[in-house]
Amino acid sequence: MRTFVKAILTIASLAAGALALAAVPARALVEIDVNKGVVEPVPIAITDFLSADAMGAEITGVVAADLRRSGLFAPIDKGAFIEKISNPDVAPRFEDWRVINAQAVVTGRVRQEPDGRLRVEFRVWDTFAGQQLKGEQLFANRENWRRVAHIIADTIYEQFTGEKGYFDSRIVYVDESGPRNNRVKRLAIMDQDGANHRYLSDGRSIVLTPRFSPERQEITYMSYESGQPQVYLLQLETGQRELVGNFPGMTFAPRFSPSGDKVIMSLLREDGNSNIFTMDLRTRNTARLTDTNAIDTSPSYSPDGKQVTFTSDRGGRAQIYVMNADGSNQRRISFGDGTYSTPVWSPRGDLIAFTKQSAGQFQIGVMRTDGSGERIISTGFLQEGPTWSPNGRVIMFFRQDAGAAGPKLYTIDLTGRNEQPVPTPNFGSDPAWSPLLK
Amino acid sequence: MRRIAALTRHPVAIVFLAALAVAGCRTQQVPNTAADLGLGAGAAAAPGSRQEFTVTVGDRIFFDTDSSVIRPDAQATLTRQAQWLNQYPSYSITIEGHADERGTREYNLALGARRAAATRDFLIAQGVAANRIQTISYGKERPVATCDDISCWSQNRRAVTVLNGAGS
Repeated sequence: MRTFVKAILTIASLAAGALALAAVPARALVEIDVNKGVVEPVPIAITDFLSADAMGAEITGVVAADLRRSGLFAPIDKGAFIEKISNPDVAPRFEDWRVINAQAVVTGRVRQEPDGRLRVEFRVWDTFAGQQLKGEQLFANRENWRRVAHIIADTIYEQFTGEKGYFDSRIVYVDESGPRNNRVKRLAIMDQDGANHRYLSDGRSIVLTPRFSPERQEITYMSYESGQPQVYLLQLETGQRELVGNFPGMTFAPRFSPSGDKVIMSLLREDGNSNIFTMDLRTRNTARLTDTNAIDTSPSYSPDGKQVTFTSDRGGRAQIYVMNADGSNQRRISFGDGTYSTPVWSPRGDLIAFTKQSAGQFQIGVMRTDGSGERIISTGFLQEGPTWSPNGRVIMFFRQDAGAAGPKLYTIDLTGRNEQPVPTPNFGSDPAWSPLLK
Repeated sequence: MRRIAALTRHPVAIVFLAALAVAGCRTQQVPNTAADLGLGAGAAAAPGSRQEFTVTVGDRIFFDTDSSVIRPDAQATLTRQAQWLNQYPSYSITIEGHADERGTREYNLALGARRAAATRDFLIAQGVAANRIQTISYGKERPVATCDDISCWSQNRRAVTVLNGAGS
């Protein structure tokens, strides 16, 4: 099994030198207003980075694809470029770029260091102000060139929006193949754009609901491998698996606490109902958070770890609740028509994403953490399982259209206007988005 | 002329009706028919055999949407299951709880578990020993019918009693 390379990148600020002005303070050139949507994506010219081989163009291709998929940028067709960049250290001819309506130009160079590593330098230029906005260099092992590209895209995203990007991140999900009544399900992991896809399980057992640790190269998921469906941990670097706890019945719906030291999950009771428990991964101590004659499931921590949102049908049908992390002050927050489930707290802390079933349709929506401000951002025949991008601006989920042979993954931004399919080799479900990589 | 023609057909009609009556009687006793299960129609099931349990007794019950209440038709099936299991005590059983696709994954795992538990509790109340019964939920992971409308969803909301131990 391939091991993951940790901390492969070092970033140093490129000296602006005589050829560029000092970087101006970051200013938000793109207003992200989830209620209005972005009026116009930023036209940006991303020139092929100079390199002795195809690597320069490969990297800029990934940068452009990331920015385009975000919906906030409109990379300009390279065929429209007037100036051919021959020295990325000097300012481009800004008027040539203003003519094609490029608000910004990205230039760069890729070289190989004596030790074999890639050295990638890039600069972001404001064509209207006529100055450099950003200049950085990155060092990375050659096989991590896509991460270099994602980090550059994140840097550009942050420069223009004033918010952290989300491109240098990964997805763990369930790959689905075979007939609908005997589906083969395998854990799979890939970059957020679908690249570097690989499998984490062999498909002999049903596996469901993988979730990333916020701190370690670790996922928690549910598997039928022992016969009884239970929650496991999987170390991504070693492939080592471990049962979480020694509970008598089914355990399911796992997620990590924000510190990564606890798993919160549902435990089936003898009477057929399900309650929410935590287990400390170091001490093995368990704690009961709910105790109702109802289904309490799909728990998700707030990013500060102080609260938990979850699904319960204690009121008759599935609705969304919030409680303190010790189980106190349990209160219902969803009150619209229909049923609500799969609540997931935004990494920004401000919103809860959910699945709503109403009028025979499945909807993905968000609400504030007190239940106010409900907004539906996607409606379909069968869709569920929202997961947040690391910056809390994009939601990934899975959808199966009526008559389709299986579900596929999609991303949609919070405005609900920019939906994009996520490429996977087979059908896919239960996506979980990692934090930004370290 | 019409009257004479009718009379001449009469003996044939009587034979045909008699055949229907026999078939109808068997059908009433077997809601989960052999044909439904892909077995040869009319296959004789040996008393105490798995086939008798699956085909003649009926190995599954169905539920309403988002419900784990044992319906009257399901009570009849489970009563027959309990009688059979009490008659053949060497079998242990696993009750599989299932949900249709019209719910979210984790909730449906819990719903399938609740259906399996309700089924178990009914059998225990009918005298089946608790230590013979295990339960498992498959949520919406193992539908038997795979179309995208109510005709399939209603078949997938089910609890199936699976025989484990070898019968004597």
